[in-house]
Amino acid sequence: MTPTLSAKWGLRTLAFGYLGLLLLAPVGMIFYKTFEHGIGPPVEAMTSPDALHAIYLTLLMVAIAVPVNTVFGVGCALLLVRHKWKGNAIIDGIINLPFAVSPVVIGLSLFLLYGTGGWFGPTLSELGFQVLFSIPGMVLASIFVSLPFVVRETVPVLQEIGTEQEQAASTLGANAWQTFWRITLPAIRWGVAYGVVLTTARVLGEFGAVTIVSGSISGETETLPLFVAKSFEQFDEQSAYAGAIVLALLALTTLLLMSIGGRKARTASSGPIPIAGDTAIATANTKEGS
Amino acid sequence: MGIAVEGACKRFGDFQALDDVSIDVPDGSLTALLGPSGSGKSTLLRAIAGLEDLDAGQVVINGQDATATPAQKREVGFVFQHYAAFKHMTVFGNVAFGLKIRKWSKPQISDRVHELLRLVQLDGLAERYPDQLSGGQRQRMALARALAVEPQVLLLDEPFGALDAKVRKDLRTWLRRLHDEMHVTTIFVTHDQEEAMDVAEQLVVMNQGRVEQSGSADDLYDHPANEFVMSFVGEVNRLGEHFVRPHDMDVVLEADERTEEAMVQRIVALGFEIRVEFVLGDGTEVWAQLTRAELQKLELREGQIVYLRPGQIKSFSGDVPSSDGRGASTPRDPEGDDDAEVTAAA
Repeated sequence: MTPTLSAKWGLRTLAFGYLGLLLLAPVGMIFYKTFEHGIGPPVEAMTSPDALHAIYLTLLMVAIAVPVNTVFGVGCALLLVRHKWKGNAIIDGIINLPFAVSPVVIGLSLFLLYGTGGWFGPTLSELGFQVLFSIPGMVLASIFVSLPFVVRETVPVLQEIGTEQEQAASTLGANAWQTFWRITLPAIRWGVAYGVVLTTARVLGEFGAVTIVSGSISGETETLPLFVAKSFEQFDEQSAYAGAIVLALLALTTLLLMSIGGRKARTASSGPIPIAGDTAIATANTKEGS
Repeated sequence: MGIAVEGACKRFGDFQALDDVSIDVPDGSLTALLGPSGSGKSTLLRAIAGLEDLDAGQVVINGQDATATPAQKREVGFVFQHYAAFKHMTVFGNVAFGLKIRKWSKPQISDRVHELLRLVQLDGLAERYPDQLSGGQRQRMALARALAVEPQVLLLDEPFGALDAKVRKDLRTWLRRLHDEMHVTTIFVTHDQEEAMDVAEQLVVMNQGRVEQSGSADDLYDHPANEFVMSFVGEVNRLGEHFVRPHDMDVVLEADERTEEAMVQRIVALGFEIRVEFVLGDGTEVWAQLTRAELQKLELREGQIVYLRPGQIKSFSGDVPSSDGRGASTPRDPEGDDDAEVTAAA
């Protein structure tokens, strides 16, 4: 049964209309507002010391949290899929915690743990190590909120490829390390890559948890989303819009890099890129604005 | 020399996959592990490769105890039913994998890989990816990959199971010839008795985690150790306590003291062979395999009453194959199938 032409076009119009109203219109407005008076004002807004520092801090968060979560995520996925064990269900549940808990709550919990009255706070500050209102706390918050993505994207791909290729490699003389690098990792790379993109997007946009642990000190502990929010509150709309544009461009760049990298990695073999994590993407988006 | 397994036991939860299995595979031979699914044949093969740890028992490869040796160091070539092709590598990359692990130089690898690809007739396809190959080509690539590292033994787990009938036949003839050239000790697992008899010099019949019998194809066919082997290596009719092959069923039109009355139920022409199904007086259904000429001579038609004279009868109740008349003594459940009470020593 094929839908009639009018039904087909009706559905398309509906889909585009819905997406346009909910997604494209707001983003388009920001673009319009930013470049309303040419390229000069946004460039000026983004080259102020506070803005530059905010960009630097955001990139620093990405540079630390993404590799940490990638290594942890792949390792954790291997543990969950390849080593069946009763505790796996518990680990699996704990990994979902950052999805289930609001980032604000995550921020508060870190505050309680590392604050002056918390478990670790006093000991760490005696050692001269300050976690709250400084970069370590923000890194912790970023890692926490973006932890599940790589695991969630990698687990289904690992399950799908099965163990035969790895077994074949071992009969051919490869040790566990060689098997991982030459067989397992290339086979799951799309899952991992999606996880990395989602992690990056999450860290770039993180607001709730970071705002609590950082104290949002301009030029010191202010990431780009915090900078955007503060500019907006202080009626510096030009900076707010420009900051938002930079955030969006950073996220787009990540996506673009992954597509280019993926295409280069496999030119000979056709076939669509497997999309493993639709649910994870959806979850990521709902968390983005909190 | 060759491969020896002694007293292998393996349990998966409640399932006893291997129950005190011992086999002996002569050096340079081509041996088939034959059995229905769940008989433990694949588990045994994987245990020899080191892909499965045994609960008890010993694996000896070329005189050396390999029981505790990891798969990586056993120097076995293993071919999987579903190829286990490295999908992100070209055919060349797949075959070169073991050599790269062994740190061969690039020119050496290139020479060896192309030599093997010629052997498996894939020489023009070195730069293809596995998903651009047919099933038969993929399996030949997997074979080349396993042979590249010059393994001490070659193990094939239902290597042709995922291929269609025509390709399967071609490949097994080809495997037979390849083995004649290479003389590497080879074990292959199959559930297809025809395939096993066609390719292998020695057959090991397995059932429910045990070895039922091992020997040449003729041994197993003519002197099966028990009911299970008899019914697994060929077609069989059951007449009370006795077993007879359909081609040993003589159909005659005159009764005598060794015949049994039967009614022709159905005549099925399968090319040269004719399958005639009968129902006996007691309701037992049997069939006979006739040639076209025999059928024409007898002028059989459905519903006709004829007489069956079974030659070459086998009986396993006393563990003594007999070919004389009908000496049925202890009544047994005629429906009871392949649960043989006689277990063969390995």
